[in-house]
Amino acid sequence: MAKYILKRVAFSFITLLIIASITFFLMKLMPGTPFTAQEKLTEVQIEILNEKYNLNDPVPVQYAKYIGNMLKGDLGVSFQFDNRNVTDLILDRIGPSAHLGLQTLIFGAIAGIIFGVIAALKQNTMWDYGSTFLAVLGKSIPNFVFAGMLQYFIGVKLGWFPVAFWEGPSYTVMPTIANAMFTLAVAARFMRTEMIEVLSSDYIVTAKAKGLSSAVVTIKHGLRNGLIPLVTVLGPLAAGLLTGSLVIERIFAIPGLGEQFVRSITTNDFPMIMGITLFYSVFLIFVILLVDILYGIIDPRIRLAGGNK
Amino acid sequence: MKSEEILSKQLFEPATIDPSKGEEITKPTLSYWQDAWLRIRKNVGAIIGIILLVTLIFFALVGPYMTPYDSFEQDLSRAKLPPKIPVLENISWLHLDGTIQFTKDQPRIDVYEQKGIEEYFWFGTDGLGRDLWTRTWEGTRISLFIALVAALIDMVIGVAYGGISAYYGGRVDNVMQRIVEILYGIPFLVVVILFMLILNPGILSIILAMTVVGWLGMSRVVRGQILKLKNQEFVLASKTLGAKDSKIIIKHLLPNITGVIIVNTMFTIPGAIFGEAFLSFIGLGLPAPMASLGTLIEDGFKSLQIFPHMILFPAIVISVIMIAFNLVADGLRDALDPKMRD
Amino acid sequence: MEKILEVKNMHVSFDTFGGEVQAVRGVDFDLNKGETLAIVGESGSGKSVTSKTIMRLIPTPPGRIKEGEILFGGKDLAKLSEKEMQKIRGKDISMIFQDPMTSLNPTMKVGKQIMEGLIKHQKLSSSAAKERAIELLGLVGIPQPEVRINQFPHQFSGGMRQRVVIAIALACNPKILLADEPTTALDVTIQAQIIELMKDLQKKMNTSIIFITHDLGVVANVADRVAVMYGGKIVEIGTVDEIFYNPQHPYTWGLLSSMPSLDAKEDELFAIPGSPPDLINPPKGDAFAVRNQFALKIDLEKEPPMFKVSNTHYAATWLLHENAPKVEPPPYIKRLKETKQLSKSGAKASDHK
Repeated sequence: MAKYILKRVAFSFITLLIIASITFFLMKLMPGTPFTAQEKLTEVQIEILNEKYNLNDPVPVQYAKYIGNMLKGDLGVSFQFDNRNVTDLILDRIGPSAHLGLQTLIFGAIAGIIFGVIAALKQNTMWDYGSTFLAVLGKSIPNFVFAGMLQYFIGVKLGWFPVAFWEGPSYTVMPTIANAMFTLAVAARFMRTEMIEVLSSDYIVTAKAKGLSSAVVTIKHGLRNGLIPLVTVLGPLAAGLLTGSLVIERIFAIPGLGEQFVRSITTNDFPMIMGITLFYSVFLIFVILLVDILYGIIDPRIRLAGGNK
Repeated sequence: MKSEEILSKQLFEPATIDPSKGEEITKPTLSYWQDAWLRIRKNVGAIIGIILLVTLIFFALVGPYMTPYDSFEQDLSRAKLPPKIPVLENISWLHLDGTIQFTKDQPRIDVYEQKGIEEYFWFGTDGLGRDLWTRTWEGTRISLFIALVAALIDMVIGVAYGGISAYYGGRVDNVMQRIVEILYGIPFLVVVILFMLILNPGILSIILAMTVVGWLGMSRVVRGQILKLKNQEFVLASKTLGAKDSKIIIKHLLPNITGVIIVNTMFTIPGAIFGEAFLSFIGLGLPAPMASLGTLIEDGFKSLQIFPHMILFPAIVISVIMIAFNLVADGLRDALDPKMRD
Repeated sequence: MEKILEVKNMHVSFDTFGGEVQAVRGVDFDLNKGETLAIVGESGSGKSVTSKTIMRLIPTPPGRIKEGEILFGGKDLAKLSEKEMQKIRGKDISMIFQDPMTSLNPTMKVGKQIMEGLIKHQKLSSSAAKERAIELLGLVGIPQPEVRINQFPHQFSGGMRQRVVIAIALACNPKILLADEPTTALDVTIQAQIIELMKDLQKKMNTSIIFITHDLGVVANVADRVAVMYGGKIVEIGTVDEIFYNPQHPYTWGLLSSMPSLDAKEDELFAIPGSPPDLINPPKGDAFAVRNQFALKIDLEKEPPMFKVSNTHYAATWLLHENAPKVEPPPYIKRLKETKQLSKSGAKASDHK
């Protein structure tokens, strides 16, 4: 198991290096530098700026410097915010994003699991159809449309929650709900199928034949086995949360990483774009790795298979 | 005992039984597709999805020609008009009568009357006075086009990549899968964003950006299926009889994965529609004055609080399209491969 | 003999999209204390549904008990509430299932799975339950029970898992054990071990067993009495000797003839033509008639009642009616009768020694 994890970590690291390289060269493919587009700057000033940000070096040298610095945790300096380190900027912005992401995941997953389990237990009843309908809506309605609806009806018309900004718990309610719809839908659909399969398996009949109460059978034997595979969708869910945060943070004016990313796109802030891309990739790769390891720990069948190797 | 006595002796003669009758097949044989169609017809969700899709596609094709306005025609004198639809204007709670209410305490104002406009703008107009009915349906057309082409390209690349990787296996598979794993490590929309930054904005570049990594999902599914199929006895039997690779692929493997391919493609379409809208939303979409559902929603967001109609209609259309595709895809999945239900 | 379970006129149906599937259509039998009753029949004959119904484990809906009584300890199980039934399941009546690979919870330690029932029914503390679980594992012949108890099902082989399933079933010393094809999924050598184990445990615990199977070889080995089911009904019931050596129903003949044996001639291995009846629209008259080469006209008209052959032997076939023509059973069956007489005289001969 330890050997397996080590191998996976090493591979993840190589993946990251490749991603960093791809991002770097893609940025180099872009016409001009961010300063050429700004009319206020004289040619001399542009030259000075290019020099300052090493943009006059040959590309391979720039690449070597970039990768070298990256390994030291230095992602360069933002063009947009003069002299500010990309790493610092990311760390500054990560708080609200992590807060929103975590809150979304917890709310979405728990609500999704509840809906999914109810649907599975009350298969082919109104509960089931209602939950399925909700899941289709959650999967279908784009999060920015849903966020707009919440903002307009709940925020503007009813005035229950603040329309934008990030200044306290009540400010987190609408962004969380808007962002969680997708998580909820995925978790509910997944949980429903898993639970139906688990509840129709032989060991559930065995448990019932022992005379255990329905609640014990459903929770101890059913839910536990149904929940384990849910770990596998955490990867796609995390990716979904990332993209979700880009639009949700923008709509609700949340000072998070996603909002920063969208802004650096519009201002051609290369180091920032590269930095956040890399950060997102690290996050995603980490989640995928974590899911693999976690799955091995939770499911005794896999745990042993790993140990035997 | 009495009832038994009534039984006549005649009844106790041996009966002639045709034993083959017991093995008669009573149900008609159905082909894979007939069976799938029967299942879909029973699926209420899928039927609703199909009806919604047909309706939306009809409007996307015909809608822009139903009004005399051009989608690019600007006229500031009729800017920001609320929607006004004949007949429906009489149903007061719908507020499709060209009136607008700026704050809660004020009465509704008839903007058409105020500006002296006789015509009807069914979905209202935008900030530049362009007719939103025309723009919404043209946007729908463009969004659908982008999504369909992207899904088709994803399908072709995904099937080829996954198929080759699985069929040839060994080192080929190993190398190809390492590449896939690396690509999987980058969030999908980040890749799309990076590519959009390099390419000049336009329909083609959106399609291109979305297909750069969009085929990954399909390739994974196809690879899994082929890996499973290629070791099954019927393929082995065909090989033993000396069939060529091309024949095995075309005759045995492809027919068995068509269902999976179709279902997967159906699920990529709503994904691509969302992708396009997402790009437009973060400012990387189609350049003005072209309209897609994403750019319309992005535009509408700017005046969400005062003129919600600008975002309302494109938002409804995109949601309904997504719902319809998901419903049809769900139905197809259940119909084509019951074992595949997520 | 003391009757421990009486099933009277039991009807069980499943409501499906295609219509009402009448899986069990009027089944009567008794189970005596300490005996083994085998229920045999092909797939779809209703034997599994019968056992699941006694345990009230048929999923409701779509399944439902339409009619009939299941009398056990002065109670009608068919009418008990789910709560009351939970007190009986695992305590008075237990069940062993067909596939040991799937009938254990894959993510729960084996010991815990045995302990659950003990804690629930015998109100044991968890340490006492653990001790008892170790004892039970030893009883069903699992070596090193104190180690095995902390393992997961996938660490056991198929035969060992079935032993665990038996340990779970026997945990609370049940009065009745329902064994639903307990050996079908196992290798032949393991089958014999499991059957020996069950016979052994039955002697120790004096449990009554209902043994459901389609394997007549197993039946001959374990059963005291045999009930043959076809199309949701019992068509013949009797002691194991009566069923094997003096079968009356043409379906039983068919079953016995299709059982390969070492001394049967090559051309005698026989297959019953056709397929089991459609239980959504059960045929009029005798359900077996269309597959029966000995069918009478009345078989297609009227359902045969149970005719008495002896005090313990009944069969539902019009061939036993006084008006029926004398029918020669197939040669293989005739030979069985002769074997019986031979073995009897043989037994006597050996007695004399």
